[in-house]
Amino acid sequence: MSDWLMEPFRHPFNQRAVLAALLIGLTNGYASAFVVLRKSALKVGSLSHALLPGIAVAILVAGLNHWSVFLGSLFAALLIGLGSLAVSRGSRLDHDSALAILYTAAFSGGIILLRRLGVVQEMEQWLFGNIMGLRNSDLWTNFWISFGALGTLTALHRPLLMTLFDAEVAATLGVPVRTLNYLLLAVLIVVLISSLQAVGCMLALGLLVAPAATVYLLTDSTNAMFWGGSLLGGVAAVCAVLAGWWLNLEQGPAIVLLLGVVFLLAFLFGPKYGLLHRVRQYRGK
Amino acid sequence: MTHPTSNSCAHCGHPHELRVEDLRVRYRHVEALRDVSFATSCGACVALIGPNGAGKSTLLKAVAGLLPVASGRILWRGTKVAKWSREIAYLPQRENVDWQFPITVSGVVRMGRYPQAGWWRPFSAADEAAIERAIELMGLADLGDRQISQLSGGQQQRVFLARALAQEAHVLLLDEPFTGLDRNSRAGLAITLRELTAEGRLVIAAHHDMETVRDIYDEVLLLNHRAIAFGPLAEVFTDAGLEATFGALPTAGKEVA
Repeated sequence: MSDWLMEPFRHPFNQRAVLAALLIGLTNGYASAFVVLRKSALKVGSLSHALLPGIAVAILVAGLNHWSVFLGSLFAALLIGLGSLAVSRGSRLDHDSALAILYTAAFSGGIILLRRLGVVQEMEQWLFGNIMGLRNSDLWTNFWISFGALGTLTALHRPLLMTLFDAEVAATLGVPVRTLNYLLLAVLIVVLISSLQAVGCMLALGLLVAPAATVYLLTDSTNAMFWGGSLLGGVAAVCAVLAGWWLNLEQGPAIVLLLGVVFLLAFLFGPKYGLLHRVRQYRGK
Repeated sequence: MTHPTSNSCAHCGHPHELRVEDLRVRYRHVEALRDVSFATSCGACVALIGPNGAGKSTLLKAVAGLLPVASGRILWRGTKVAKWSREIAYLPQRENVDWQFPITVSGVVRMGRYPQAGWWRPFSAADEAAIERAIELMGLADLGDRQISQLSGGQQQRVFLARALAQEAHVLLLDEPFTGLDRNSRAGLAITLRELTAEGRLVIAAHHDMETVRDIYDEVLLLNHRAIAFGPLAEVFTDAGLEATFGALPTAGKEVA
């Protein structure tokens, strides 16, 4: 029994996977508060899809290494994000529609291109992640991304919080709202990329929304939402990776599924805003 | 249109004048305001009155530094209002606030102190004292840990006023502060605005309930894309003035939508 439990920790690729899950979970969990409070989950989801064509082009141009993947996907997401803004400002089309067209087109291009690059076997990894395939260098990349993203978000916590709460009032208090919004989006894209190898670009969104959304149903404290989201993201990611090993499940989907289940529990049984509590309150009236 | 009285502020002791000269503001490619001139100073409570879409919100936002000035000037204490000033506080319309935001009463009030504390510095004893005083003045002492949706409408307004006080603002710009409040809350808020005025602050509020104007304000700016008239309540808030502003006389005692 204990052999079976300890088995995962014996292999270096497992230790790496657990460490990576922790890092990615903590960072995504913290950043997810910004996504939820900004109510921009769908926009971020679109951008996560835009990562794929970036990877394809990067492999085509510079070959497969993690810097080409990082820069390629970052560039693609920025291009799609800013391009959709340009389209919506330069036409009568709204931003969501412009974004939807651009990202699905780019995503399709990415799939067609990846299939022809002779990396077919890795297609599923880019889509759904492969946390067991991480190397030491990937771990370091993840570490620096987490460090940079958490550092930026924490350092700008006050002005970001004001911007999220009420952008107009924030502007009257001297906060450069527009700049901060762009910066936040850039950080969120970088965080998305950090979880690319673990959960893939199809599932990255779940990790970048669910943790803080769950805590949002449980608390009224802003700090709890940020750090609670971070904690939940980290713990859930690690648990899912271990459970994946013990129960022989795909780790990437296991992380997102576990977060979904926890969210559902909070939605149903939350002590203050849970559905059951509210129904009981309603009946009691 | 110079303000006749009130040349010093009780809360700081020297004259603070807000002067708007020939202001023209565009909003979304449309000229929202033109020919707006008036001058007032701390210790006054000014009502902005005009039909919907007359540019009341636009004027408030322009004074708050949120909208670019197409031509003309806004002077506060003799200098042009830059993009923002700590001394000018803008209170959003209630419907523009995300009441479900996970933040408590004291959390909102603390935000008023961020301009002083900057982006990183921990709050000093003076900051904490200002926050505590603002919360107490607005009668929110027992509600500090409440999430903001769990307050009455009147309390919610006072949370944002408390933030402005923590900010040590001299000018309070309010966009339809009485909208959506029940009778008691309206009376309470009127008293609060009078107290803030008596303290020497300059209160400027967009207002549309004609019945209560006389009880709350001492100066009136009639606005319909341009300034129709500005001055002491008794001189400006007249049937003739309202007719010139609304095109027709608003039915006596009724709210003008």
